[in-house]
Amino acid sequence: MDRRIYLDHSATTPVAPEVLEAMTPYHRHQFGNASSLHEPGRKARRALDEGRGSIAERLATEPEGIVFTSGATEANNLALIGTAFASSERRHIVTTTIEHHAVLHTVRWLEQQGYAVSYVDPDSSGKVDPEAVREALRDDTALVSVMAGNNEVGTTQPLAELGALCRERGILLHSDAVQAFGKVDLPMDRIDLLSASAHKLHGPKGVGLLYVRKGVDLTPLLHGGGHEGGRRSGTENIPGIVGFAKATEIAFAERHEHAERWTGFRNRLIKGVESIPGTRLNGHRTDCLPHIANFSFQAVEGESLVLKLDEEGIAVSTGSACSSPELEPSHVLVAIGIPPAMVHGSLRISMGRETAADEIEALLDALPRAVEALRAYSPFRVGETDVH
Amino acid sequence: MYTDQVMDHFRNPRNMGRLEDYTAVGKVGQVVCGDVMWVYIKVDEDDQGREVISDISWETYGCAAAIATSSMVSEIAKGKTLEEAIDITNKDVAEGLGGLPPVKMHCSALAADALNEAIYSYLSDNGRDIPDVLEKRHQRVTKQMEALEKRYQSLLEGGASSS
Repeated sequence: MDRRIYLDHSATTPVAPEVLEAMTPYHRHQFGNASSLHEPGRKARRALDEGRGSIAERLATEPEGIVFTSGATEANNLALIGTAFASSERRHIVTTTIEHHAVLHTVRWLEQQGYAVSYVDPDSSGKVDPEAVREALRDDTALVSVMAGNNEVGTTQPLAELGALCRERGILLHSDAVQAFGKVDLPMDRIDLLSASAHKLHGPKGVGLLYVRKGVDLTPLLHGGGHEGGRRSGTENIPGIVGFAKATEIAFAERHEHAERWTGFRNRLIKGVESIPGTRLNGHRTDCLPHIANFSFQAVEGESLVLKLDEEGIAVSTGSACSSPELEPSHVLVAIGIPPAMVHGSLRISMGRETAADEIEALLDALPRAVEALRAYSPFRVGETDVH
Repeated sequence: MYTDQVMDHFRNPRNMGRLEDYTAVGKVGQVVCGDVMWVYIKVDEDDQGREVISDISWETYGCAAAIATSSMVSEIAKGKTLEEAIDITNKDVAEGLGGLPPVKMHCSALAADALNEAIYSYLSDNGRDIPDVLEKRHQRVTKQMEALEKRYQSLLEGGASSS
């Protein structure tokens, strides 16, 4: 194969050259500990403050609200466990059935600790109805956690409405914005806690953040030197934070341009894939993140499809059971009611800063061939109504 | 995660498709689990009067391991006498592929089961005695298929109510 086409940016992204360049000095010459009094320490502190300030400015929030973490998994854990432990009276949490495992497994753990959790189902497009969330609220609800945009099917959620109804009741709203941060506008004035990760937007792995609105009580998970305003101890990852800030700066500067381009590619993908018989688009057709498109193919298993495309140098992903260590199909696709016969045949295509039109065309060229080859292996024929 | 042999059989599957003139077919797996295998056999007598699998093919819906194990079981069974073919186990299939990841071992079991079911079907269609080992495996496979069918039906009902 002459080149690699990477269309799995929702998994992770390559570090942008500008980001790497910004980070490099902080690995080598400006290696100081931001807690040290001397010059190298002060330089590290300055870089930390600037990074925090830069991200806060783009989010239009106060810099003190940004807590840097090791990534979004930690940010989600801190948001959920931190607010639950800080709340003595209210011991109920509302979330959705399509959250990332970093949220779902954390609230399940909280259930084991005696907290109550309600799970709201989305509709068949992956959309969460604010009315359904309202109905799930109780007098002792402390927190509502709803992701900004789904990592598998891309559907975006009505955070402004959810924030308004939470605020009416004095309930906190947390949003896992890993896929949405730097890609779409977020109603920060309605959100109390927000998780984000650097490596999804061409930043480095191992750094993320939790935005915490002023006045929100949070019990720390990590105890130690009292870093990050006492909310997350541990020597700050200065190169990572500098890289995260640079990646955020670029993402916010370029996001309208990318969103327009990705939306064009997404529409092209939908048109191209829908011309293959026995396919369906998963997720919402228009209320979605611009860079994610998810499809299901009848009589095709997702892992096989990913490996067939990999042979042609194209990297994409699937929510099929065979691709997961638990051999369970994607909980997101199950929750939005994808027919059982198609739930294993899903394909996620996710775009990044460098995704080009010819890469989309190359995928659309390879995809029908791969689907046809796998369908030839299968005992099922497309169009047969009952394929089980 | 997969051995070179698995990838080779996935890329260049042997004996793939539906035999025109098959004698019997074994069907295992369930779409709800993401794996379905149908193995077709053609049984003929050789010059010594023994029944042999003179031809074999398969159709499989599933992951790369499912396709590779289908391909491998067909290679192992082709030309074997029925007596020999009954003894083919999931271990033979997995070993033929240089091993499988632990979570994919069930694919090798499925391939051996599909062959087993085809032989079972051939013998019972012809009113022949079923060896104990074959009967036991057939009962296990039948039970598994019933459980999967139930799961499929419950998912269909669950899916209908949530959409």
